[in-house]
Amino acid sequence: MILITHERLELEALTAQARGPSNGAVVTFLGTTRDRTEGRRVLYLEYEAYGPMVDNKLQEILGEIRERWGITDAVVAHRIGRLEVGEVSLVVAVAAPHRKEAFAACTYIVDRIKETVPIWKKEVFEDGHVWVGSEEAGVTTSDSGPDAGSG
Amino acid sequence: MKVRVHLFALYRERLGCGQVEVELPAVASVEALLQSLVETYPSLARLVPNTMVAVNQEYAGRSDALHEGDEVALIPPVSGGRL
Repeated sequence: MILITHERLELEALTAQARGPSNGAVVTFLGTTRDRTEGRRVLYLEYEAYGPMVDNKLQEILGEIRERWGITDAVVAHRIGRLEVGEVSLVVAVAAPHRKEAFAACTYIVDRIKETVPIWKKEVFEDGHVWVGSEEAGVTTSDSGPDAGSG
Repeated sequence: MKVRVHLFALYRERLGCGQVEVELPAVASVEALLQSLVETYPSLARLVPNTMVAVNQEYAGRSDALHEGDEVALIPPVSGGRL
């Protein structure tokens, strides 16, 4: 199951989607928002997604774990929009008959999401913001500049 | 031909809009599109080398051909292994 939403991610409900009587293990991963990046205090974060392509790429990744481990019971949920510090941005839940493949597939999914899924994270500081991974090293876009309010 | 280019994150902010339409010769590659964009929006010049391009929601190579009506997206580096 794939979910991209502005709403709060409910771990219990999402995990329930992966559970089943044939599975003896459920491995979950939560990505949570940090309050600091390189010593700077983060006020809040914003996530942006290329919706239809995110769906395609996540379906591909779920297809890959089906092929490699025979796992069909997996949930990927990503929150977008504004998130406060300490909130959950990503939930991955993988259920399998035994724990080994559940752990392996969960790690695999998270790694692949970071490589191929078009979702971007903006960290907002007191004096500007950074699109993580995108900016030229060390450059911060000033919120008081000409771009302010364009988003 | 015309192609619609979707912009996200940093690119959306730099250009101040979520998509632009680009007029290209009838035969044109992804690379030609990027060159055309940089000419129109010089602030993209430093970003383009690290940009992936998606055509109809699949990652495309720089030499891939574009076709009238293609949905193109500039994909800046994703959040990247800092979870």
